[in-house]
Amino acid sequence: MKRDIKTNKFVIKFANINGTGSASANSLFSKSIFRMGIPISPKNIFPSNIQGLPTWYEVRVNDNGFLGRRGGIDIMVCMNPQSMERDITELQRGGYFIYDSSKPIDKKLLRNDIDFIGIPFMEHCREAYTDPRHRQLFRNVMYVGALAALLDIELDVLKGLISEQFKGKEKLVAPNVKALQMGYDAAKKLHECPIAFRLSRRDKVGNKILMDGNAACGLGAVYGGATVAGWYPITPSTSVIDSFAKYCRKLRIDPETGEKNFAIVQAEDELAAIGMVIGASWNGARAFTATSGPGLSLMNEFLGLAYFAEIPTVLINIQRSGPSTGMPTRTQQSDVLYSAYASHGDTKHICLYPSTPKECFEHTATALDLAERFQTPVLVLSDLDLGMNEHMSDPLEWDDERTYDRGKVFTADDLEAMDERFGRYLDSDGDGIPYRTLPGTHPTKGAYFTRGTSKDEYAVYTEDGSKYVENMERLQKKWETARHNVPKPDVRTTDKPCNVGVIYYGTSEASTLEALHHLDRLHSISLDSLGIKAFPFSNEIEDFIEQHEYVFVVEQNRDAQMRTLLINEFEFTPHKLISLLHYDGSPITARFIRHIIRDNILQTATAPRTRRSSRK
Amino acid sequence: MSYTVPGFRHPNLPKNDLGFTTKDYEGRVSTLCAGCGHDSISASIIEACFEMSIPPHRVAKLSGIGCSSKTPTYFLGNSHGFNSVHGRMPAVATGANMANRNLLYIGVSGDGDTASIGMGQFVHAVRRNVNMIYICENNGVYGLTKGQDSATSDMGSISKKGEPNPLEPIDLCSIALQLGATFVANSFSGDKAQLVPIIQAAIAHKGFAFINVISPCVTFNNTPNSTKSYDYIRQHMASANAVDYVPHEEEITTDYAPGTAEIVTMHDGSAIHLQKLDEKHDIHSRRSALTLMKDYKAEGKVLTGLLFVEEDYQEIHETMNTTATPLRNLTEKELCPGSAQLEKINEILR
Repeated sequence: MKRDIKTNKFVIKFANINGTGSASANSLFSKSIFRMGIPISPKNIFPSNIQGLPTWYEVRVNDNGFLGRRGGIDIMVCMNPQSMERDITELQRGGYFIYDSSKPIDKKLLRNDIDFIGIPFMEHCREAYTDPRHRQLFRNVMYVGALAALLDIELDVLKGLISEQFKGKEKLVAPNVKALQMGYDAAKKLHECPIAFRLSRRDKVGNKILMDGNAACGLGAVYGGATVAGWYPITPSTSVIDSFAKYCRKLRIDPETGEKNFAIVQAEDELAAIGMVIGASWNGARAFTATSGPGLSLMNEFLGLAYFAEIPTVLINIQRSGPSTGMPTRTQQSDVLYSAYASHGDTKHICLYPSTPKECFEHTATALDLAERFQTPVLVLSDLDLGMNEHMSDPLEWDDERTYDRGKVFTADDLEAMDERFGRYLDSDGDGIPYRTLPGTHPTKGAYFTRGTSKDEYAVYTEDGSKYVENMERLQKKWETARHNVPKPDVRTTDKPCNVGVIYYGTSEASTLEALHHLDRLHSISLDSLGIKAFPFSNEIEDFIEQHEYVFVVEQNRDAQMRTLLINEFEFTPHKLISLLHYDGSPITARFIRHIIRDNILQTATAPRTRRSSRK
Repeated sequence: MSYTVPGFRHPNLPKNDLGFTTKDYEGRVSTLCAGCGHDSISASIIEACFEMSIPPHRVAKLSGIGCSSKTPTYFLGNSHGFNSVHGRMPAVATGANMANRNLLYIGVSGDGDTASIGMGQFVHAVRRNVNMIYICENNGVYGLTKGQDSATSDMGSISKKGEPNPLEPIDLCSIALQLGATFVANSFSGDKAQLVPIIQAAIAHKGFAFINVISPCVTFNNTPNSTKSYDYIRQHMASANAVDYVPHEEEITTDYAPGTAEIVTMHDGSAIHLQKLDEKHDIHSRRSALTLMKDYKAEGKVLTGLLFVEEDYQEIHETMNTTATPLRNLTEKELCPGSAQLEKINEILR
C-alpha cells in the first residue's frame, strides 16, 4: 500500500488482557516518546475486573500538542485474541495491525485497506524463557522493542527508562533489555522498518510533566495542609488517597521520631468517611475525602448537615459512568447537578472543575482554603479520564509565600477580649460568613452546640420560622460572597467576527480547544470559548452567554447537566444553549466536537439546530 | 414545662479543684419527659466531670439523633457539642479525635441510633479503639417517633403499644466485648451510685470505653410487661461488682473482705477499686464477662457493673503513630513541603 509518511502524528492502541502486566510495558512505551520531546496523551480503557478481560491503552502522539482524544486509530497492537475481530474493525483505512503471529490469523478477518504486521512474540518467548510468568511479562517488553524498530523509538531512551524503573532491583534490568532487543531484532528481520507512522525527536515537551490527576489531587491535599483523610475504596477515586498516603509517607513523617503529621482512616463506608471529615473539620483540622458517584450518593445526608451547620468539608469526586454501578471504569461528567445541589432541603455547594493535573493540584489546595473561608462543603469534580490517565501538564507550582486561609476562627485571646455574647451564626461582617470557635479553646467562652436542626444566631435550637428564614437568607448571602471568590472562567476570544460561543469544563477542555483550532483552520469557523472552573458561576459566565447569539455547551453526560445548571442559575432563554453531548464512557474526542459544531453552523446537520436544542 | 433555667444557685455550692461548681457543668434545661432515665444519666455525667475536675472546655460531646442524642444540650454547657445525623456519631467523633487527640470525647447515643441505623459505625469505632466514651442510653424503644420497638428490646417485652416484641434483642455489651472493646460496662440510669464511678473510670480509660445504660422511657416503655421499665430493672438487676473511682492522689482507705477486692490502675495513674459481688468474675477476661452475662440472663437477671477492662492495648493514635501535637495545631511550617520539594517531584515526572 502506498502511503504518506506521518511523523509524530498518529494514534496507537494496545489491546491486552488485564492482569498480564501489560500496563507497565505500555507506560514504558508512552514515556519513551515523551522523553523524545514529543507530546503524548495516553488513555486506559479498562474493565471492572482484575484478571482475564480485554483492556485497551490508547496513545495519541501529536507534535502540535493537542492532547484530547482525536478519534480513530492508526496503529493497533493486538495482544488479545479475544478482541481481535473488533480491534481489526476499529482501525482506520491505511492503518497497521500488529499482532502476535505465533498462531495464524483467521483469514476471514483480513482487510485489504490496512497492513498486517505479524511477529511471533509468544514463540520467541517460549524459546527464550521457561517460567510461564516470564514468558507473559517479557512478551510485553518484546512488543515495545518491536515498536521501537517499527516506529523509530530511540533504544537508548527505552533502556534508560528500564534502568530507572528497576532502580534498586538491578538484576532485572538485563533480562528486560534482552526482551526489548529480541523484539527489536524480530521486527527488523521480518518487516521493513520504520513504517509510515514514525517518530522523530523534537523539543516540544519543554518542562512539562506527565502525571495523572488523582496523583495531583493527593499531592494538592498535602500542599494544601490536609491532615485528616476519611475514605472508602471506590474506583476511580481510590488513587487520590493512595497518592495522599504516598506523599505523606515521604513528606510528613518526622525523620527522628517516625511520628506522622497526618491521619488516614479507611472508613467502613462512605457515610463514615464523610462523617470523619466533618468531625475533623469541625474540630479545626483540614480534612478531605475522595469518592465517586455511588459514594457521593451515600454522603448526601452529611453534606446537608455540613451546609446547614456550616462545617468546612472537602470532597474530591472522581466521576465515572452512572447511574448506579453503571460503567465503573469508564469516564463521564455526570455528577454535575448532583454535586451542585447535593442533599435534601435547599442546599448548594461550591464546585470546582479542574481540566489538567496542574489544576487538580491547585484546585484541591484551593478547595481546602475555600471550605474554611466559607465554612461549607467544597466539591472538586474530576473524572476517571483526568484522574486515572497520565496527562501532559504544565509543572506544578507552589508559592512559598502562600499561607493557608483558615477563615474566621476566634482564638482564646479574641474570646477573652470579647464583652458581648459569642454568636456562632451572627453575620458580624455583613458578608454572610459567621465566626466559629474550635472545641477546647477557652474555659468559659465560645462554646456552642453544632446541630442540623434550625437554630438562632447563638446556635440555640429554635423552630421559629422567622429565625429559620433569617438564617437561610444569610446562607444565601454567604453564597453570593463565594461567587466573587471562586476561580474565574477561562475566556478565549477570537479576533474575527463571532456571535457564537462554546462553553466547556473539566476534561472536555483539550478536545474542545483542539476542535476550535481546526474549525478555524479547516472551515473558517472562528468561535469564542469559555471554560467553567467553578460553581457558583461568576458574572463573566453570564456576560459571555449574553454576548453571543447562541452558545454550545460541551459535556460528557446524557442530560446536559451543566446546561441545566446554567439555565437554573441565570435568567436567559434556554434556546441560547445548544447541547453537545458525549457519554459512551470514553473521553470525548476533538473530531466529535468539531463535526457537531461544523454541521450545526453550516446547517448541514441532518436535524436542524432548533430541533436539537429543543431536545437539549 | 418551663424552658428557662433559674440562674440562682446556692452561694456556698462546693467547688472542685479548678474552682468550678456543678453549675459550671450544667447545660440547658432538659426538654425530655419528666422522669426520663436520660436526665439521670446527664446528671451522672455532670457529677463525674465535676468530681474529677475536668476542665469543661476540654470536653467535646457528640451525639446522633433521637431522645438520647438530645441530651448533650443538657449537660456541660461550657463544652462544644455536636448533634450530628442519625447513627453517625461514631464517625464524627472519630474524625474529631483525629483532629485533636488531647480532648475528652463523650459520645451519647441511643438504642435505635446504635443498634439499628448506627450499628455499622458503632462496631467500627469499637474495632478502631477510638479514645472516647460511648454511652448508649438504652430504653428499648424509639421515643421521639412515639413508641416503636427497638433492636435492643427483649423478646416478649411489651411496650405501651401493647404488642409483644417478636424478635431477639441485640446485646450491645456482648457485641462490644466480642469486637475487642477495651472497656465495657452495663449500668442503670436509676443507680447513680454505680453509674457515676463507672463514667469516671471510663473518663480515665484511654481507649474506647463503652457504657450501656438501661434508661427507662417513662412515656412509651415503662409498662408492667416491659423488660426495660424502672420496676423490672430494679427487681432483676444484679451487680458484678461495686465500683469506686479513686484519683491517684487519694489514699486507699476502704476495707474489703479478703479476695473480693481488686484495684485496677488506669492509664492516668488513677485507680478503680472494685468490690467483687460475684467472685467468679474476672474483670480482665472477655470470656468471663461474656459467660457471666449469659449465666445471669439465663436466670432472668440483668448483670450490671464494670464488666471488662483491657490491660494491654493501643488506642487508635498509638496504632497509627500520629504526632503527639494535635493535628489541627500544625501549621504551614510542618505541613507544606514547599516549592523546592515540588520541583523535585516535577523532575521525577518528566
